[in-house]
Amino acid sequence: MLAVDTQDIVKTFGEVRALDGVSITFEEGIIYGLLGPNGAGKTTLIRVLTTLLEPDSGKAVVAGIDVLADPVGVRHKIGLAGQFAAVDEFLTGRENVEMVGQLYNLSRDEAARRADDVLERIHLTESADRQVRTYSGGMRRRLDLAASMVGRPEVLFLDEPSSGIDPGSRLDLWDLIEELVAGGTTLLLTTQYLEEADRLADRIGVIDHGRLIDEGTSDELKDRLGGNVVEVHVGHDDRAAAAGVLTAVAGGELRVEGQSLLIPATEGAQTLTAAVRALDGAGIAPQDIGLRRPTLDDVFLALTGHTAVETTAAEPAGRRGRRR
Amino acid sequence: MTVATKPRTRVNFSDAVTHTAVITRRNTLRVIRLPQLLLFSTIQPVMFLLLFNYVFGGAIAIGGDPGSPAGASNYINWLIPGILVQTAVFGATATALGLTEDLGAGVIDRFRSLPMARSAVLTGRTLADLIRNSFVNSLMLIVGFLMGWRFEQVLGKMVLGVALALLFGYAFSWVMATIGLLAKTPEAAQSAGFLPIFPLVFASSVFVPTDSMPGWLQAFADNQPISVIANTVRSLMIPEEALAPLGLDQGQLIWQSIAWIAVIIAVFAPLAVRQYRRSVG
Repeated sequence: MLAVDTQDIVKTFGEVRALDGVSITFEEGIIYGLLGPNGAGKTTLIRVLTTLLEPDSGKAVVAGIDVLADPVGVRHKIGLAGQFAAVDEFLTGRENVEMVGQLYNLSRDEAARRADDVLERIHLTESADRQVRTYSGGMRRRLDLAASMVGRPEVLFLDEPSSGIDPGSRLDLWDLIEELVAGGTTLLLTTQYLEEADRLADRIGVIDHGRLIDEGTSDELKDRLGGNVVEVHVGHDDRAAAAGVLTAVAGGELRVEGQSLLIPATEGAQTLTAAVRALDGAGIAPQDIGLRRPTLDDVFLALTGHTAVETTAAEPAGRRGRRR
Repeated sequence: MTVATKPRTRVNFSDAVTHTAVITRRNTLRVIRLPQLLLFSTIQPVMFLLLFNYVFGGAIAIGGDPGSPAGASNYINWLIPGILVQTAVFGATATALGLTEDLGAGVIDRFRSLPMARSAVLTGRTLADLIRNSFVNSLMLIVGFLMGWRFEQVLGKMVLGVALALLFGYAFSWVMATIGLLAKTPEAAQSAGFLPIFPLVFASSVFVPTDSMPGWLQAFADNQPISVIANTVRSLMIPEEALAPLGLDQGQLIWQSIAWIAVIIAVFAPLAVRQYRRSVG
C-alpha cells in the first residue's frame, strides 16, 4: 500500500506559493527524505499531510485515508515530531509520553506500558522520571520522537529531526532513527542537511520554491548529474589562473566550492588528464587534484542553481513566519 | 490508488471527556510544579486587597451606619466580594497566556496531529485555570480573614457567592482564550487581555459604590456584567437588608449573574474554538 500519495498540492500564503503543485508518492516501509533549503515548502507539506493545514487545492492520501475527507482518521494512523521538540517542561519524560498515549485513546495502563517500551527504545529509561526542564536539547528531541511513536503510527513524520541539536547528538539520533525503522515504520523526514538525507533516506525528493524538482535514490540523483567531477585545490595566488585554465578544459562549466575548483568529468579519467596537462602547461602546480563522486551538494546546486544552505539567511527563521 | 470511502471518523463524547481531563491535568501540573507562577498570580490580588483596604478604604464611606446604601458593617466586608470577582477576572488572563505559550512551543501542533477532540485543548485550559483561580480565591478569603473580614450571611450563601465569582472567571477565560488565539504571542496576549478588563473592573461596583460616579458612568457601571456579579456576590455575604435601599433583589441578581455567565460562554466558546481552528491552520 502507498504510505503517502499527493497530487498537485498547492498552498499559498498571501503572495507566497509555499507549495506550488507538489506530487509525491511512496510506498510503505521506506524512509522518504524531503530535502530542501529553508522556506522550500517542506514544513508546509508536512503540515498538510498531518492535517494541520488545508491545502488550497490538490489531493493528499496518507495511509490510505484522504487527509481532507477524514482528518481524524488520518490522525489515528500518523505520528508527528515537529521542528521544535513539543514536550512539556514541567512534566517528566514518562508523563509526556503517557499523556500523548492517552490522547491516542489508549487506556491509562496501555499508555503506561507503551511509554515504558518506547522510552526504552529511545534510551531514555533512566531519565524518564525527571522533569523535562532538566533535559538536554538532544534528549528533548528523543523524547519528542518517543511521543510521536507511542501511538504506533503507520506513517511517522519528522520535520527536521536534527535541527538545533549538536553534531554528537545528531549522530546518535540518526542511529536511533535507523533502529526504529528497522521495525518497519514508514517515515517521511524533512531535512536541509544533505548528509542526513544521504545517510537515512531510501528515496530523496528535492524540493525548492514549493516544487518537487527531482526524486530518486541518493545514487540515482548523483548519477543523473553525469557522474564524477574533477576537484582541484590550488594555492591562493594561482586560483584565478587555474580557474581560467579549467574553464577552458570544461568548456565553460566551472564551479567554485570553498577552496575547491570543480569541473564535470564528462570524459572520466581523460578529463582529469586533460586538466593536469592544462594546469602544467600554464605553470600551475595543484596542491591536490582528483576525481570524485558528486555529493548531494553538487546535486542540489545542479538542480536549483544554488546550494542548500545559501538561501537560509534570506528566510524568516522559525515556523511562525510560515504560518502567517 | 483506491481510497476506501469510509465515513468521516469522529471523536466520541466519552473520549472527548477523557482528553479534556488529560489536558486539564497537564495544565494543572504545570502550575503545581512551577510555584513561582502561583506565587506571582497570588501576589497581585493580595496587593489589590491591601491597597484598597488600607489606602483607599479610609476615604470610602462605608460602615458604622448599617442603613447606609453600601450596607456592610465595614469596608473590608464590602470589599472582599469585589476582590473575589476581580481576582477571578484577572486570573482569566492566564488562559490567554497559556494558550499563546503552547502555540509558540509547537505543543498545539502536536495536539492537533492527534486523534483527540478539538475542544479538549481549550476546555482543558479553561478548567485548569478555574482550578487555579479557586485556589487563589480561597487564599484571598484567608488573607481577608486575617485583615478582619467576616461574612455576614449563612455559610451556604457565602459558598454560592464564591462559586458565582469563580464561574464568572471561567466564562471570562473563554473571552481570554479568544483574545489569546487572536494575539498569538504571550506579549500581545498580555496587553490585549487587559484591554477589556481594566474599564470593566474599575468602572464597576467592585471597589467602590457607584453612586459617587458621574451619571453617565454610573449608568454604565451599574449595568455591566462585572458589577452585576460583584453585587450578587456581595448580596450573598453582607446583611440582606442592605440591598433594599439599592433597589436590588438578591434572587434577581443571582439570575442575572447566571444569565451573564451563560451568555458569555455561549458567545465566546464558539468564537474561541473557531479561532483555534483558524489560527493554527
